[in-house]
Amino acid sequence: MITVEAVRKTVPSPEGALHILQDISLQIGRGETVAVVGESGSGKTTLIGLMAGLDLPTAGRILVEGRDLGTLDEDQRAILRGELVGFVFQSFQLIHSLTALENVMLPLELAGHEGPAAAATAELERVGLASRRHHYPRQLSGGEQQRVAIARAFATRPRLLFADEPTGNLDRRTGHQVEELLFELNRERGTTLVLVTHDPGLSSRCGREVRLEAGRLVDGEVAA
Amino acid sequence: MTSPLAWRLGLRLLVREWRAGELRVLAMAVVIAAASVSSVGLFADRVRGALHGQAAELLAADQVVISPAPIPAAWEAAAAEEGLATARTVTFPSMVSAGERLKLADIKGVSDDYPLRGEVTVSREAFGETTARRGGPEPGTVWLDTRLMAPLEVGAGDRVQVGESTFTVAAILAGEPDRGGDLFSLAPRLMMNLADVPDTGLIQRGSRVKYRLLVAGPPDAVADFRVWVEPRLGRRASTEGVEDARPEMRMALERAERFLSLTALMSVVLAGIAVAVAADRHARRHLDAVAILKAMGATQGRITATITVQMVVLGVAAGGVGVMVGFAGQWGLVQLLATLLPAALPAPGPLPAVGGLLTALITLAGFGLPPILGLRRTPPMRILNRSLVAPPAVGRLVYLSAVLAVALLALWLIRDVRLVAYALGAMAGVFVLLTLVASAAVALLVQLRRTGSGSWRFGLAGLSRHAEASVIQVVAFGMAVLVILLLTVVRSELLTGWQERLPPDTPNIFLINVQADERAAVTSFLREQGVERAELYPMIRGRLTAIDGSTVAAGDYANPRAQRLVEREFNLSWATRPQSDNRIVAGRWWSADDRGEALASVELGLAELLGIDLGDRLTFRIAGQELTTRVTNLRTVEWDSFNVNFFIVMPPGVLDTYPQTFITSFHLPATEHRMLARLVQRFPSVTVLDVAALMNKVRSVMTHATRAIEFVFGFALVAAFAVFAAAIQSTQDERRRETAVVRVLGGRKGQIRLGLALEFATLGGLAGLLGALGAEATGWLLARFVFELPYNLQPVLWLAGAGLTALVLVTAGWLASRRVVDSPPLLTLRGEQE
Repeated sequence: MITVEAVRKTVPSPEGALHILQDISLQIGRGETVAVVGESGSGKTTLIGLMAGLDLPTAGRILVEGRDLGTLDEDQRAILRGELVGFVFQSFQLIHSLTALENVMLPLELAGHEGPAAAATAELERVGLASRRHHYPRQLSGGEQQRVAIARAFATRPRLLFADEPTGNLDRRTGHQVEELLFELNRERGTTLVLVTHDPGLSSRCGREVRLEAGRLVDGEVAA
Repeated sequence: MTSPLAWRLGLRLLVREWRAGELRVLAMAVVIAAASVSSVGLFADRVRGALHGQAAELLAADQVVISPAPIPAAWEAAAAEEGLATARTVTFPSMVSAGERLKLADIKGVSDDYPLRGEVTVSREAFGETTARRGGPEPGTVWLDTRLMAPLEVGAGDRVQVGESTFTVAAILAGEPDRGGDLFSLAPRLMMNLADVPDTGLIQRGSRVKYRLLVAGPPDAVADFRVWVEPRLGRRASTEGVEDARPEMRMALERAERFLSLTALMSVVLAGIAVAVAADRHARRHLDAVAILKAMGATQGRITATITVQMVVLGVAAGGVGVMVGFAGQWGLVQLLATLLPAALPAPGPLPAVGGLLTALITLAGFGLPPILGLRRTPPMRILNRSLVAPPAVGRLVYLSAVLAVALLALWLIRDVRLVAYALGAMAGVFVLLTLVASAAVALLVQLRRTGSGSWRFGLAGLSRHAEASVIQVVAFGMAVLVILLLTVVRSELLTGWQERLPPDTPNIFLINVQADERAAVTSFLREQGVERAELYPMIRGRLTAIDGSTVAAGDYANPRAQRLVEREFNLSWATRPQSDNRIVAGRWWSADDRGEALASVELGLAELLGIDLGDRLTFRIAGQELTTRVTNLRTVEWDSFNVNFFIVMPPGVLDTYPQTFITSFHLPATEHRMLARLVQRFPSVTVLDVAALMNKVRSVMTHATRAIEFVFGFALVAAFAVFAAAIQSTQDERRRETAVVRVLGGRKGQIRLGLALEFATLGGLAGLLGALGAEATGWLLARFVFELPYNLQPVLWLAGAGLTALVLVTAGWLASRRVVDSPPLLTLRGEQE
């Protein structure tokens, strides 16, 4: 599903080049659930950003479904994301000026889906928020916003789902509910899930754990 | 890729954002741009019409058809069909007699509706009190020029003979609106009723007669009539309109239009800056949404399409509202100015409305679209890392597109390339300077921050935290201050300079036809009467026959004014030095050694009209002899100064041998006009011309234009405040969050307020000082090169600009930040979290 080959990411900073990721190689198979863990600043978020094609590595290659992201331009990567990828973020990232339903419809519309409203309503029903579909994000609690975000992420039936600290902004109980929902949907849809987390409970539910330290992989991740 | 999705998504987001109050400032700025341009356009259009009306009074009509043959009745019928008022006149030279005495006069028969514009003034005695009259003399009576009274020794009630008819002198003709394009070639006037002309038996084949058809009415109808009649004129008839008015009037009109246009341009620039600042904030607030869209698979093209849809809809909607506001505004203006403006203001045309709408779109595209379109380049990675923003390379292009947008608008609005170039050039220069100085100053303040304490520190920190935003704010405020000052102080300085062109002692009397041997006597007569300054200038009449050896004919020129100038005799003169109000713009004036050299100095406007260049050889026919001179310099003439001026001047010693008369001008208070009767008695050949009526018209144009400019200025002021609002709002988001954080950390409201006040005071002081300096520089440039008026620097303005701007900003900033400071910090922080 995803192949990361000798990836390096360097950004300029006032103190000179900053090496965020160094020599990262890993492979994630179809249907796997992978937790990327590590301390703050260890490069977790950058790694999933690169795997999702949101940015390009300084060196190395990343292949998603056999396609080398480095050979695609920004628009081609955007289209690829639209077809394959869903996101769930720590800060939910809903568009404030759209209702819950419209937020969920958005990726469907972008993908040219027929009847986006019905599909989006069905997704909201699945996360238990059908009755609040006409509410704006600020009228929803954090947990509800994250459930809308999950409905949006799954709406296009992505084969690959990235989650960046999906429970990081939620209290324990709500976080747990969101966590349940995420894994349930993942099972139902057979999605490949890559999540970044600080939460040992969340990471232990994943099939595999990838640990980063100062931009390098540790813990015997095998280059397959 | 303006797919249905782009429309749907664009519209949906737009509506939501509108409801959430996100678009208010941006929309307001666009509304102001459209409103100011359309109202200025509408109003200026109508004031321009009104001012032209003033000029029309010098024609006694809006348009005149002149022909040496009787004008066909069909032409008059055609004019009437267009809804135009018509009148007829006929002029011809003839001897007038009273007993034994004879005098050559210029006879003018007028129909009952004459004059269509302006008025005829008559008096009971020579140079006595005058009364205004509509229509000419009753049949059987005539009105006589003062210059006929003395030689004929007649007064009111006496009889005079004209051809085969005898008339009673009913009054003295003091003034007629269309006294004529050439003030200096008039025989004295006798005016009679048109119905009496045939009985005189003076109009016969071969008589030198000029028939005139006068028309007046709505500008469109006049223009239509002109278009209709011009192909029917043939070779000998011609038309004359307001644009062919006397140079004094033309110059005053041109200046008035420039002032108005400049004011309009300023409000566009201001509204543009407001749009730019508001659009920049709009863009910054949308970075996240765009990053989300991109993460979900939206291509740049799709994002561009969505944004474009939003901007076009916003532009059309806000532009529409702006045009409506503009209409309402100009209607209010007209009501307010009802007493000042002529009763029949021409109705506003649809062009300014279209212009207003176009302005909305162009302003939005030029100023607003670049930062907003820059959004499409937001890195999608921002969705994971909020510190990422679009690469700033667009920045420079923003300015370029804005300059282009303003230049387009300005050219449309002003149609005066030189004025646009100077005004925009100066403003662009000031903009760049402002940016540089503001960057340096903000950098310096960031250093200072380390030394201060408490609120001072918080205030300066406010500036330095967003150094880039602070620079933008200083530049925006500075430009707003610049325009406000330019329009208030500088404008009044320019207007004063203009009106000082016609001080109370401006020459109002011209004496012409002074013979060479009368010079000393006339000068001493005038001195005895208390007129000290009355220099006599030589005047020689000659026809221009060739330029650089090729014969000149009226048919060579398309411009009717050029045709007329070529057909007429020029008044030539000679002088050692140029007149004080002349400025040499090309070549050099001659020295004493050039005495007797066949050189010529040509007025710039005439040179441009007839295609005369420096170094060209001009051939004149003077009293049957040919004289060829070489053009050594071109000069501008302040025609509206009412000094004696000539299109063509030569060095001394060239024209001395030709027959010549002398001319002078001086100021004579109305109470002293009786002296003129004695003058005419003593020097019968001397012609007295009273140009007070003309001067009053020029003064009236100045006054009207000044009032109009003052009202139009109101719109620019509103636009300036929109810039202030947009700029203050631009940092409101960051300010809100930071203030909340400071309060959570235990900052007291008082401290925060003081900090904000210091921040705004520093911003305002800096912007005010820079804006004032810019305004002075621009004002000086405009005065020197565009309006050709004197300009005095006003250092007190610099301090006042800084102080007042600081005060206004502190007040405005305090009001705007009240909600930020007073709302519970938790609410602010949670709102931010959302």
